Amino acid sequence: MSIHVDTVSFAAGNTLIVDGVSVAAEKGKVLGLLGPNGSGKSSLLKLICRLRKVQSGVIRLGDDDIASIPRAALARRIALVEQQATTETQVTVMDVVRLGRTPHRGPLSSWSTGDDSAVAEALSRVGMHDRAGQLWHTLSGGERQRVHIARALAQTPSELLLDEPTNHLDIQHQLDILGLVSRLDVTSIVALHDLNLAAMFCDRLVVLQKGRVIAAGIPEEVLTADLIAEVFGVRACVEKSAVHGRCNIQYMASGA
Amino acid sequence: MTQTVSRQTHGWALPVLTLLAVVLLVFVVSLAVSIGEISIPIETTVKAVSNRLFGTTFELSRIHQGIVWDYRLSRALVAASSGAALALCGVILQALLRNPLAEPYVLGISAGASTGAVAVMILGFGYGVLTLSTGAFIGAVIAFLLVGLLAAGAGGSGERIILCGVAGSQLFNALTSYIVTTSANAEQARGVMFWLLGSMSGVRWPDVWLAAPIAIVGVVISMFYARALDAFIFGTDAAATLGIAVRRVQIVLLGVTALMTATMVSIVGSVGFVGLVIPHAARFIVGPKHDRLLPTAALAGAIFMVAADIVSRIIIPQQILPIGVVTALFGAPAFAVILYRARRTA
Repeated sequence: MSIHVDTVSFAAGNTLIVDGVSVAAEKGKVLGLLGPNGSGKSSLLKLICRLRKVQSGVIRLGDDDIASIPRAALARRIALVEQQATTETQVTVMDVVRLGRTPHRGPLSSWSTGDDSAVAEALSRVGMHDRAGQLWHTLSGGERQRVHIARALAQTPSELLLDEPTNHLDIQHQLDILGLVSRLDVTSIVALHDLNLAAMFCDRLVVLQKGRVIAAGIPEEVLTADLIAEVFGVRACVEKSAVHGRCNIQYMASGA
Repeated sequence: MTQTVSRQTHGWALPVLTLLAVVLLVFVVSLAVSIGEISIPIETTVKAVSNRLFGTTFELSRIHQGIVWDYRLSRALVAASSGAALALCGVILQALLRNPLAEPYVLGISAGASTGAVAVMILGFGYGVLTLSTGAFIGAVIAFLLVGLLAAGAGGSGERIILCGVAGSQLFNALTSYIVTTSANAEQARGVMFWLLGSMSGVRWPDVWLAAPIAIVGVVISMFYARALDAFIFGTDAAATLGIAVRRVQIVLLGVTALMTATMVSIVGSVGFVGLVIPHAARFIVGPKHDRLLPTAALAGAIFMVAADIVSRIIIPQQILPIGVVTALFGAPAFAVILYRARRTA
C-alpha cells in the first residue's frame, strides 16, 4: 500500500468532519473519493498531506507515519492540487511550475539541471511547454488547473492528491485532465463530483457521507442505484457502457 | 509578456542593475551630504569621510569636517537604513498576507509604535528603564498582535486584514492624540507632532549603529526565506504542501518586520508609503521572485528615502519639512495608481 489511512478522525470546533475513516490507496493506481458537498473529501485530502492534524488514528505513507516525516521530505513525496488556488501577483506559467522544486532545494542552493528537466518534463506532460512565458492572469480556468498539475508534477511526487480538479472546466478539459492523471505513474487520490468520470478513470472508489466511509471498492461494485439513492438522494439507472466498458450512470429527474 | 520573458533570460541584467543601484545610492548619499544650508562640494565630502575612515590628513575647516561627518552623513545613512527596512517590511507583509496593500503604516504598526514612543516620551512610562526605542518596539508589537487578532477574528484574509489595520491605526492614532493633548506641554506637543510626521533632524551616529545593523539583519534573514516567500503566492496551504514550515516562517518574518518597523519608527518617526510604493516599483523592475525582489526593494527604498530627505530640506528655503510629508506627497498618488491597476487586473 502506498497511502494507508487507518481509522482517522478530525473535527473542526465541535463538528466531526472526518469520522473514523479507513482508506487504502494502491501504488500506481487512481483512487476516487466521492460524496456530497460537506462529506469530508477535501478534509481527508488535507489530512493526508498533513495540512491538518489528525485527532485520532494514523496515516501511513509506505511504512512511515506521516506525522513523523519532516515537512520538506513529505513535500518531496506527496503533492496536492487544491481547488481553484489563484493569485493576484503577476507571475508566469514558468514561475508557478518552478515552485514545485521548492522542497528539493535548500534555502541557498542554486537551480540545478535536474530542476530544469523536472520542470520541462512537467510542463510538457500537461501540454503547456510552449506557454511557459505566459502570465497567470491571462490563462483560462482549464489552463490554470493544468499549470497547477504541472507544478505538482515538478515536485516529482510518488503520491498525487487532487481536490476536484475538474470543477469549472469544460468537458474536453475534464476528460483531458483525468486522462492525464490516470496515465501518470504515481499513486493518485482524486476527489470528484462527477460519478461517470469517476467510473471512467478511477481504479477504485471510496464513497464518503457525513465523514464516514459508506462504500469502497471497484467502480462496478460501488456505483449501484441503491447507493446513489442513499448517498446523493437521486434515483439513477446504472448500466455497463457500450463505449468504454465501465459503468455508466443515467439520472432520473425527481418527478419522473 | 515580453518584459516577463526578458527578465528571465538575461542573466547579466541583474548584476548590472544591482551595481547601478549601489552607485546611485552612493551618489544620492553624497548629494545628501553636500546639499544643505551650507553647501559643501562633493570633493570636500570625500576628503572629510576619508579623514575619518582612513586616517588621511586632508586640510579641511573643522566646521566642514563636522557638518559632513557628525550631521549629514549620519543622517543620510539612517535615511538609507530606514528606507531599506521599511521597503523590506512591505515586501514581506505583502507576500505573507497575500495583499498588495499590506505595509507597516497601512496595518497600523507604525501607529502603534508611535503610541508606544509617545507614552514613554510624554507619560514617562518605565522611565529610566524604557527608552524611546523600546517604547516604540513594545507599541509596534502590541499593534501587530491586536491587528493580527482582529484579522483572525474577522476571517483573516484579503481586504479584511487591511480594514483591521485601518481600525488599528485609528485606535492608536487616537491614543497618541489623547496622550499628547492631555499630558504634553506646548513645546512637547510641537516636538511630538513633528516627530510623528517623520523627522531626521536629531539623528546622530548612535542612531546609525542601531538602524544600519537592524536593516542588514532584515536583509539577511528575509533573503534566507526568499524561497519560502515565493511559495506563499498561492496561500499558506499551498506553501505547506511545498514543504515550507509555514508557522515558523510566519513567526520569524513577522518578528523581523515588527523589529524593523519599531526601530525605524523610533528613530525617524512614522513615515508612510515607503513600504507600500517601493515594493511595487521594485516588482515592476525585477518581477515577483523574492531573491531579486528583496535586495532590489531594499536598495530602492534606501535611495528613495535619502532623496526624500534631500527634498524635505530644500523644497522650502530656510525650513525643513517633515520627511513623512514628502513620502506621502509622492506615495499617496502612487497608492492610487496601485489601486487602479489592481482593479484592472482583477
